[in-house]
Amino acid sequence: MKRIVAVLISVIVALSAFISASAEDDDFDYLREASAPLKGTQLNVYNWGEYIADGKDGAADVNAIFEEITGIKINYTTYDTNEDMYTKLKSGGTSYDIVIPSDYMIARLIEEDMVQKLDFSHIPHYSNILDEYKNLYFDPDNEYSVPYNVGMIGVIYDTTKVDPEDVGSWDLMWNSKYKGSILQYNNPRDAFATAQFLLGIDVNSTSTDDWDRAYSKLVEQKPLVQAYVADEVFSKMESGEAAIASYYVGDFLLMSEVNENLDFYFPKEGTNVFVDSVCIPNSAKNKTAAELYIDFLLTSEIALENAEYICYASPNRTVVENEDYSLKGNEYIYPTEEPITEYYHNFNSDMNNMMSDRWNSLKLEGSSNLSTYIGIGSVAALAVIWFIVVKIRKAKRNKYYEQV
Amino acid sequence: MKKNSLLSKLISAPHIVWAAIFIVVPLVMVVYYAFTDRNGDFTVENIKAMGYYTYVNVFLRSLWYGIIVTVICLVIAYPFAYVISNLAPKTQGTMVMLIMLPMWMSLLLRTYSIMALISDTGIINSFLEAVGIGRIKMINTPFAVILGMVYDFLPFMILPVYSAMTKMDVSLIETAYDLGANKRNVFLKVIIPLSRSGIVSGATMVFVPSVSTFFISQRLGGSKTALIGEIIESLFVKNNNPHLGSAISLVLMVLILICMFVMNRFGDEEEGAVMI
Amino acid sequence: MKKKTPLGIAYTALILILLYAPIIVMIIFSFNSSRSTSVMTGFSLKWYRDLLYDSEIIKALYHSLIIAFLSASISTVLGTMACVGIERMTKKSAKSLLMNVTNIPMMNPDIVTGISMLLLFTFSGLILKKSDVLGFWTLLITHITFNLPYVILSILPKLRQMDAYLSEAAYDLGCTPAKAFFKVVLPSIKTGIISGFLMAITLSIDDFVISYFVTGSSWQTLPVKIYSMTKRFDPTVYALSTTVFFAILILLILKNFFQSKSEKRSIRGEKTE
Repeated sequence: MKRIVAVLISVIVALSAFISASAEDDDFDYLREASAPLKGTQLNVYNWGEYIADGKDGAADVNAIFEEITGIKINYTTYDTNEDMYTKLKSGGTSYDIVIPSDYMIARLIEEDMVQKLDFSHIPHYSNILDEYKNLYFDPDNEYSVPYNVGMIGVIYDTTKVDPEDVGSWDLMWNSKYKGSILQYNNPRDAFATAQFLLGIDVNSTSTDDWDRAYSKLVEQKPLVQAYVADEVFSKMESGEAAIASYYVGDFLLMSEVNENLDFYFPKEGTNVFVDSVCIPNSAKNKTAAELYIDFLLTSEIALENAEYICYASPNRTVVENEDYSLKGNEYIYPTEEPITEYYHNFNSDMNNMMSDRWNSLKLEGSSNLSTYIGIGSVAALAVIWFIVVKIRKAKRNKYYEQV
Repeated sequence: MKKNSLLSKLISAPHIVWAAIFIVVPLVMVVYYAFTDRNGDFTVENIKAMGYYTYVNVFLRSLWYGIIVTVICLVIAYPFAYVISNLAPKTQGTMVMLIMLPMWMSLLLRTYSIMALISDTGIINSFLEAVGIGRIKMINTPFAVILGMVYDFLPFMILPVYSAMTKMDVSLIETAYDLGANKRNVFLKVIIPLSRSGIVSGATMVFVPSVSTFFISQRLGGSKTALIGEIIESLFVKNNNPHLGSAISLVLMVLILICMFVMNRFGDEEEGAVMI
Repeated sequence: MKKKTPLGIAYTALILILLYAPIIVMIIFSFNSSRSTSVMTGFSLKWYRDLLYDSEIIKALYHSLIIAFLSASISTVLGTMACVGIERMTKKSAKSLLMNVTNIPMMNPDIVTGISMLLLFTFSGLILKKSDVLGFWTLLITHITFNLPYVILSILPKLRQMDAYLSEAAYDLGCTPAKAFFKVVLPSIKTGIISGFLMAITLSIDDFVISYFVTGSSWQTLPVKIYSMTKRFDPTVYALSTTVFFAILILLILKNFFQSKSEKRSIRGEKTE
């Protein structure tokens, strides 16, 4: 009997939540009104992969809701790294109305005059953003960006394979016991940062010497690494193919839904914290619609849907304070004991080139070139011998015919 | 013929214009970017960079992988093509269809399914473990990259070799037998030389994509050993350095031209277009 | 010479099995009840249902099909015209120059074709001060360009095989050049045109590398979409390819069936004549 009552109560609670959600539809009244003249236009959204509730796993399809309310058509494409996004913007050829880069990349975009100032009169729900996420270093006057998600990097490990005593520091990723089960980032900034944190080097250091030290640390790690990955980390950790990976805490929560043996920690040496914020590039064709889209993302209902689906920490007050938010107070994404963290800062192009040069040579380290040399050499030798043989034969044949 | 000489000139004009704008000009762009820097000034730095240890080795390794893959494909495809060219015509049609069919599936998906097969917790390893042999490390090794390339590009070798074999004059083989040649000699002195053009065009069609692929080495090699395609991709997509990327592409193009020239010397001097 | 050795047959079967193993894996896992692509947890049609609701994938498929059909049609028309022109060219050097240029996209690595097109488009975008050149048109242009050599290569041999006096005869009988082309030339190169068209469709649908570099924000083809799905690669895509696989299989079987039927009919027709 008790159980039935419990079920009934939960149903009622769920229903009332639903009713209150639809009552909050007022949230969209502004949007409906403001977007009326823009009906039928297009909006190009360029976001990280799997970084929006898209209707899978019972979540709402956020873009579809926006299209339905406003009649604006969304072209949605995704990228893997900040650098991919930057290159696409920089090389021209494509225009985007919405991009969601991380802090240091926003600093670069502002510096190179690639994003434009937002008109906050179109973004009334900006008031939902928590004060601690305003006036951040990359956009001190809150002119260009609106925070979307907050995240931290840490180490994910498989409890069935990793000894609990080895856990706690970045050195787990250099532990030769786990040779062949370690996944490292396949982008220079994050990969170098793991070594820099371990060595106690500032991740924003511009001294070549510091980078050389981090580089040799990565070279040392290479034989232990199973693969350099980006989002492939999901399938590799979920299937138990790898045991240790450094990745984003929100993504760990998603992985642990599939593989419950996974656990996570923030390394004691410190780690990277980042804020991904929504910006409008200069090349935008539909700025007002983009601002309405930003506002739409900030409404309590949509922000909640996204926060539940993406599992990153939300900078939105209405989400963090919402009692129905299933990740409210989650120890991983809202740790009570703040880990030591540091933002990445933007580098100039010389630094970036230096980083990518070192990165390319890291990819060549360790694998022996000897077999390649021998192989190519012998193929070339064979080709030469073949030509000589053919030539001699021809000469002989010609001689023979002449004699005949 | 004289009547319509003007028309005959005009009729291929759209194609000539098209080829000039969309084939020649893009290549000129590659050369232009290769010899300029960010500010558009002339520079040879990008080409000079090709002499660095890193790039020389990446080039050599990519070529070496390409050669290995081509040879393996040839060894697998040749007997296969030989067998099917001797089947009844109707069965031959079915077989050709069966070989073409995988090409309709996206290369990406085929690569993903190979991942599912050979990964550490994948199907083959689960099977080996169940049988008691234990797991074998396959994925994220050069072996996996080469396997992936062989698998993805094998049809490109089978089809031209097969088509060269069907075009072979059977009476020549019969004559060879009549003149007292044994099986081995017929194969070496008649069949192989007659199918040489097929081998050459098949080798080209396998060699070129395997030297320049970036997806296969990324997914099956765990990005641990850089191949030239990956470097070009990252320069254009991630590092925003189209100038260096163009320089590498230019050198790659020249290298491939040289390789194809050498290969064509092995084949007959006729145009290598046996694919269709 | 028509010998069937058991060893040969066994070898052929083995290679075919290896060739199809990954495809079979794909088909099996499209029915998996969990997201995993390596452990089979149970049978379900979940991914097929997801596929129906995944507007992004369906949209990308639609884009792929449109691009493939349009680029194949245009390149077939352009290519046929080019072939007629090339065949009538009298200057040998000009002819071989044109053929060599035409074949460049076929000989060049895909990645080089892709980046060279990208450079052209972004450069012209800069000149035209247009920030969104990459999109439908650039994809279409690129696909036409890399389809052209294959189309030409499949038509040209047919044109060479054709009796040159046939069109002469048509002129003598009072045909206009256009009429002669449609009544005489076209029917004799029909098979080349059809196979060129099919080849172009296949290449266009399968292409990832070149499209990857020239897609913009508004028009993504299926392979490019699949590439960007690495994070949560789930069997929805397997479900899609399984569907495509069987659709093509059925089409090919039907084609073979009708072909053999019409062949029989034509043989019978010849006999009665």
